[in-house]
Amino acid sequence: MLKDQDRIFQNLYNDKGSDVSSSQERGDWVNTKEITDKGREWIINEIKESQLRGRGGAGFPTGLKWSFAPKEVGSRPHYLVINGDESEPGTCKDRDILRFEPHKLIEGCLIASYAVQAHVCYIYIRGEYFVDGQKLQAAIDEAYEKKLLGKNAAGTGWDLDIYIHYGAGAYICGEETALLESLEGKKGQPRLKPPFPALIGLYGCPTIINNVETIAVVPTILRRGAKWFASLGREKNTGTKIFCISGNVNNPCNVEEEMSIPLKELIEVHAGGVIGGWENLQAVIPGGSSMPLIPKERCETLKMDFDACVEEKSGLGTAGIVVINKDQDIIKCMARIARFYKHESCGQCTPCREGSGWMWRMLERMAKGDATKDEVDMLGDVTNQIAGHTICAFGEGSSWPVQGLLRHFKKEIEKRNNLDPIVQKKNNIPYLVDQHLLDKKNA
Amino acid sequence: MSLRRPAKDQPESFEFNASSLEAANVIVAKYPEGKQQSAVMALLYIAQKQNNNWIPLAAMKYIAKFLDMPYIKVYEVATFYTMYNLAPVGKYFVQVCTTTPCMIRGANQLVEACKEKISENECELSNDKSCSWMEVECLGACVNAPMMQINDDYYEDLDKQKTLDILDKILNGETPKPGSYRGRVNNEPENNRKTLMDLKNA
Repeated sequence: MLKDQDRIFQNLYNDKGSDVSSSQERGDWVNTKEITDKGREWIINEIKESQLRGRGGAGFPTGLKWSFAPKEVGSRPHYLVINGDESEPGTCKDRDILRFEPHKLIEGCLIASYAVQAHVCYIYIRGEYFVDGQKLQAAIDEAYEKKLLGKNAAGTGWDLDIYIHYGAGAYICGEETALLESLEGKKGQPRLKPPFPALIGLYGCPTIINNVETIAVVPTILRRGAKWFASLGREKNTGTKIFCISGNVNNPCNVEEEMSIPLKELIEVHAGGVIGGWENLQAVIPGGSSMPLIPKERCETLKMDFDACVEEKSGLGTAGIVVINKDQDIIKCMARIARFYKHESCGQCTPCREGSGWMWRMLERMAKGDATKDEVDMLGDVTNQIAGHTICAFGEGSSWPVQGLLRHFKKEIEKRNNLDPIVQKKNNIPYLVDQHLLDKKNA
Repeated sequence: MSLRRPAKDQPESFEFNASSLEAANVIVAKYPEGKQQSAVMALLYIAQKQNNNWIPLAAMKYIAKFLDMPYIKVYEVATFYTMYNLAPVGKYFVQVCTTTPCMIRGANQLVEACKEKISENECELSNDKSCSWMEVECLGACVNAPMMQINDDYYEDLDKQKTLDILDKILNGETPKPGSYRGRVNNEPENNRKTLMDLKNA
């Protein structure tokens, strides 16, 4: 288990206050000027050496992302945008940072803005977190009062303004380009990439977009050194991470732990074990709903980090762990996730807009046992038609959980759904599309 | 995608009152000059607050003029985002999360409670017209599942009885205390917490 002094978010459970003075006791805002005095190059290099990977789901190296920002500010100003549109089912880590550790985030914004030469930073928070956003706003106001923001913020000589922008209930706005569209006051529909936001982003200006948790860990990394951060976890999967353990566990909770911690330890030690005991475990979704589930046998040894999850054909994503025990109907659980994606598709690309609805309706039928034998393979087909054929990663996000279900629980589906196909194939002529016409006598 | 339609009965006109106008001007100042369109989401939200928690078409037209942008662009935004109510809802607007993490911890019981206390179908006003409820997608409090949101506040760690109690309160016009209803502090493990104990006991 991670030692308490190595935990970055000391106030995760709000044991102490979240105001400036108690944050300073925890080490925030102490020597911000010393950090920025070391220069942009040093900051970006240090983040690169710490091997910090983005905490928003994709796990892109943060230092590398920052280095994409143009070195010189041209006619267009640079922007820093913080992605707090946390909507992935199973994930609720950013909320705790917004309400209990706002100064880690604000200080991170200042350092990151300095590193990418931005004078304005927008924090995009999902609309439902209105109360938590107000807490962050109070922290920002306090920071302005104490001259930690504004002109010559915290004595660093850098001017920075931070504004909060509320979303209004669209999951897709967590996608970075959709978030920019939303910030510009449009529908949140993702843009084509390239051009990447680092060059052409908000209002057509160079924009760096990072997750709340990514930015909030930056000041601590720079204070304690990249070596310290890199010593936690394992190569390329370094540092600590807030895990959200929800679902059928005895004590669902958020907990900050070292990367590469075994999943079993997380569940048994921190979350009080699976309801009904470990033997009652059915499957685990390791990283928010868009990551394929992992069945019990694989959970025994799974280490929670980016690369280990990918080896299991899943992903760490946002580290929102949803534990599903044997009392649950796994097909129904996945059908509900498919309904989520059907509801949240932005409607821009046809495969996703239509396909997400198909997947939902088929899974609903399968949960009831109303589907035919051939539909199981057809469902797999539909997922393959969506993944990779859309502008943004929503296509993958919506089809991966279904693919995971088919990979690990196909027998379960087939057992429940053994109706004969509606269209009987008598002749197997692969090139004839209207094969069913042959099956009718007078066709 | 979700299908969203504006209400049939629409008021003739809409205008910001003094406090809304002030709030709107503060919001517009957040964005660079000429980019005032960015403020449309926040302004719609202000209009919704002012107009009993829903947005009439007249408000969209008013905001379009206010921000000097085409009406259709405002309409697009208002119909795209699900938090904008395009038809009247109750003064207490109950949103029950039923996505998988909540579902497997019994969110259907919360839905049952709403059906018993408020109305048989979602998005229908209760008998005294003060309340309405709907199922929504993940509200981002999964470790506190099952949970629901009433107006801006989160009510967490619920079960059927606790939900009935909360609904009774709001039907009486009271605002119940938000937060966890199993007495736990925020997102910590309920019992047997293993981390940061020095801070907890300090």
